[in-house]
Amino acid sequence: MNLTTFLLALFDGVSYAALVFIVALGLTLIFGVMRILNVAHGSLYAIGAYATVSLVGWVLALGAAPILAFPLMIVSAILVGVLIGGPVEYLLLRRIYDKPEVLQLLVTFAVFMILEDVQRLVWGTQPYFEAQALRALGNVTVFGVTYTVYQLILLPLVALTLLVGLRFFLRRTVTGKLITATTEDREAAQSIGIDADRVFLLTFVMGAILAGLGGALASPTTSILPGMGADMIVLSFAVVATAGLGQIEGAAIAALMIGMGRSFAIYIWPEVAVLVPYLIMVLVLLVRPEGLFGSPAARKI
Amino acid sequence: MKKLIATTALCAALPMGAFAQDKPDSLKVGMTTFLTGPASVFGVPARDAMDIMVQNLNDEGGINGVPVEVSYIDEGAGAEALTSEFRRAVEQGGAEVMFASISSGNCQTLAPLAEDLEVINFMWDCGTQRIFEEADYDYVFRTQANATPEMLAAVIYLLKTQPDFETLAVVNQDYAWGRDSWDIFRTALMQFKPDVEIVGEFFPAFGAPDYSTEISRLQALQPDVVLSTSWGGDLDTFVQQASQRGLMNNSTFVLPLAESSLERLGSALPPGQIVGARGDHYFLHPERRDDEDFKSFMSQYEDQTGNITVYSVFHASQALAALEAAYTKAIEENGVEWPSQEQVLAAMDGLEFQGLGRPVTIREDNQGIEAQLMGTSAQNGDYPFATLENIMIFDGAELTAPVGEVSTDWIETLGPEFVDEIEPTTFEN
Repeated sequence: MNLTTFLLALFDGVSYAALVFIVALGLTLIFGVMRILNVAHGSLYAIGAYATVSLVGWVLALGAAPILAFPLMIVSAILVGVLIGGPVEYLLLRRIYDKPEVLQLLVTFAVFMILEDVQRLVWGTQPYFEAQALRALGNVTVFGVTYTVYQLILLPLVALTLLVGLRFFLRRTVTGKLITATTEDREAAQSIGIDADRVFLLTFVMGAILAGLGGALASPTTSILPGMGADMIVLSFAVVATAGLGQIEGAAIAALMIGMGRSFAIYIWPEVAVLVPYLIMVLVLLVRPEGLFGSPAARKI
Repeated sequence: MKKLIATTALCAALPMGAFAQDKPDSLKVGMTTFLTGPASVFGVPARDAMDIMVQNLNDEGGINGVPVEVSYIDEGAGAEALTSEFRRAVEQGGAEVMFASISSGNCQTLAPLAEDLEVINFMWDCGTQRIFEEADYDYVFRTQANATPEMLAAVIYLLKTQPDFETLAVVNQDYAWGRDSWDIFRTALMQFKPDVEIVGEFFPAFGAPDYSTEISRLQALQPDVVLSTSWGGDLDTFVQQASQRGLMNNSTFVLPLAESSLERLGSALPPGQIVGARGDHYFLHPERRDDEDFKSFMSQYEDQTGNITVYSVFHASQALAALEAAYTKAIEENGVEWPSQEQVLAAMDGLEFQGLGRPVTIREDNQGIEAQLMGTSAQNGDYPFATLENIMIFDGAELTAPVGEVSTDWIETLGPEFVDEIEPTTFEN
């Protein structure tokens, strides 16, 4: 493998990692704050993609410029977060925070199953493809290989912005500090007057928006079809588990590891490319069961 | 007097009654098809088409006055649910004939079950050539080709249209079809053109959302030909991503299942790529497009679904045509009002029937012999998607492994001259 192919594999790995990271970010944020592993995250990702395709398709059919697809992605993500994420937290999860983890897992899994069928009802089973946003940005050629600007430059930039933005939000803003405080100790936070219910709702909606945004950003690059949510939840869970549940920066590193592992495998040993994310996860968890950056949980009495 | 008339009428009605008893109220058929899951891109159009065709058949009086009634079983529910539904349809639902199925895996599960249940089963869409090569069946028939003629047609079309290519890479889905089809394609290619170099073999996961790395790698490798037997959303994604990044500028794509993606791909499929259809299945079939029955079905289908047909619609039409032909033949040969199962089974031997494509015949090993259509994509503005030009229709008999032979062993006995010996019918578009 010479330097050129090394760099090519690196580029592919980074752009793949960026997308996985955006979805994993929402999953790990929700877990970090609320201690809930939200299986329905995969559905929110898929619905974000479907909503974007429908919205962009509709607006562009009216004759709008393709560049409008970008704000519409954000609109779709927010719609998904507020209209689906909000009610799920408010009506369902709120009732089960003090119940065993198994029950929480089952409830979010049930939501996942319901939302999978909702997608089928609304959008049917035929694949959709809407790549106007991607085409609008054009291509760039590196070492004789053509990449889309969208995948090579925009996706990693968005991922980086989200990472830095979320760090800043959690550590420097009042709302962010309230979230961090509630994460540390919910009862103590409540006793000093923090409205923990509101913090949880806000966190869940933010996580859901990130899932929807992942779907929206993925939509111009791939076929939108039933089952895409299931694949994504498995992959983003691998990222989150490798990093350690609730670790935001860790998720970025883990996504990069998994993205790179996969793209280098395609260059060196394509047969195992499918396995690589899970191999990495298994190897990491064998050595560090709490994940790369996780710390063993101190049991509360 | 009144009593006498009543008795006479009763007596007169009796012989008719005896005949009518033989005729069932309806001919019940169970059809397995994907209504959910990725393969519903084939299953749903096939069901829609079957509904239309059964309605048309029944409007004309069904089969010898008996209407056909089709009930559907979802293959997407998983193998276990499928086998119990299949069993239920036969044992409790009273299905006389089953059409199963789309997935090769499901065909392999259901063929022995049909044999156990002693129910006639038409494998109406699945591609694996192994079933009749590995076992003999009395109740199971295939109303279409198998993977061997499908892949041979693709290899031969490629060699006839681009005889001078030197390198090839493959990107197939990582499951039975992706592996088996590549096995047949590679074996044939190595026999017909031994100097071709295989520069890359990629098997991304079934349902993979992203092929960027494979495409980068292919751009670096610059193969003359890229083969992909993928289908559905996977094929759409691969072709879209490859087309966005200009991979087709240097490489010719060979896509033996792309007929089923033409409409969805729209302008993303550039001209000059090789497209197949798993048989002579094309909504503008050059030999059939001016026939009245073909035209009226196509417009009915388009009115009801808003889409053009895909190959599974043709396969569904063949299964129904085989059903009608077998029952009609059995009725005529035996001079009965309604045939017994033995009579229908006897009629299957050498049965010829015609769905939407060329006529299909059932061979002595129960394998159907079906023509194969291949073409090259063209964007000529007639439709908002690619249509085909330089079409070749291959006779299925020459491309199917002879009775009793295993496909890959048979292909290994062929030489480069085989490509020249095959003379397809050609059409400009």
